[in-house]
Amino acid sequence: MSSWLLLAAAGAASSAPEGGLFDLDATLPLMAVQVVLLTFILNALFFRPVGRVVEDREGYIATSRADAKQKLAQVQRLEADLAEQLKGARQQAQQLILEAEQEVDKLYREALALAQSEANASREQARREIEKERDQALAALGAESDRLGALIVNRLLPAK
Amino acid sequence: MVPLPQLLPFAELEVGKQFYWHLGNFHLHGQVFLSSWVVIGALLTLVVVGTRTMEREPRGVQNLLEFLWDYLRDLAREQIGEKAYRDWLPFIGTLFLFIFVCNWGGALIPWKLIEIPNGELGAPTADINTTVAMALLVSLSYFYAGLSRKGLRYFEYYVEPTPIMLPFKIIEDFTKPLSLSFRLFGNILADELVVGVLAFLVPVLVPLPAMFLGLFTSAIQALIFATLAANYIGEAVHEEHH
Repeated sequence: MSSWLLLAAAGAASSAPEGGLFDLDATLPLMAVQVVLLTFILNALFFRPVGRVVEDREGYIATSRADAKQKLAQVQRLEADLAEQLKGARQQAQQLILEAEQEVDKLYREALALAQSEANASREQARREIEKERDQALAALGAESDRLGALIVNRLLPAK
Repeated sequence: MVPLPQLLPFAELEVGKQFYWHLGNFHLHGQVFLSSWVVIGALLTLVVVGTRTMEREPRGVQNLLEFLWDYLRDLAREQIGEKAYRDWLPFIGTLFLFIFVCNWGGALIPWKLIEIPNGELGAPTADINTTVAMALLVSLSYFYAGLSRKGLRYFEYYVEPTPIMLPFKIIEDFTKPLSLSFRLFGNILADELVVGVLAFLVPVLVPLPAMFLGLFTSAIQALIFATLAANYIGEAVHEEHH
């Protein structure tokens, strides 16, 4: 029968199991046993395996994270090291360039001084040679003119 | 009883009618067991399918299961505390999942299509036996949790912070399972009744908001039951720092 909202009849006594809303019977302990069994089954099939996987992953992530952090620190250290080395090398190169420039400058000055002195010397020598030749020429000319003068005198003043 | 026209047989409502099974001298509510087996079957199917191939990169159902696991772990850890929650996670989680699937199953599975001789199938949690069974399990659990963790010092909890609290704490041991069971039972039954009555009066569209509200209530009730159970266990294992 379609007994509709039979709340009032909840406790009404009719047959052996009278039914009703608050009808507590053997369903209760059996349901409790069922829930406990379900707890154990779910523990074995769900909570334990999923927990293991999740915690494994958390461990994996934590270790990879630590690993990555360590690697990052190493990279940073190496980078700083390399930067330091680079700086040193740059300074060295700068120093070398400076030294080379100074040396070149010195060499240039030396070569210049040498060339200048050589040039001076050869000029001096040339001047001296020219002077000597001029002296010789002058002497030769003087001797010639003396001879010519004597000749003229001899011709103009014939033997008396 | 006013004879109501049998216009819509699926909107019929039966309260307090049980489909009795007899086991020796004992009577069982068959409809509760039938629907609870459906619920347990659904749960186990989901779990077995989801855990069949577990990988580090979750795929498919494993995602859902891990989300559930994480959610339940957070719930248990928050209520019970870092030290003891691992022992009780399966129990709290099972309570939540079972109640949740029962409630939603009761609302979503078209039980009416299945004819049983007496009574009707529905959410197992709409039967007082189920909720009382679970509430008593919770009571046993928190006693066990407290006694196993602290021994007889557990009973110090009854006189803290002052011995004046003793009678109230003793009364609490009775009110806890009572409120747990009746809250769940009342909510789910009331939800089914409201939806049933509305569907009986106006079978189109009008029951829909009540159905959605029912789904919401069902989820909330599962959460409340699990949270309170965890909270009671947490209270029992809580170490007082002097």
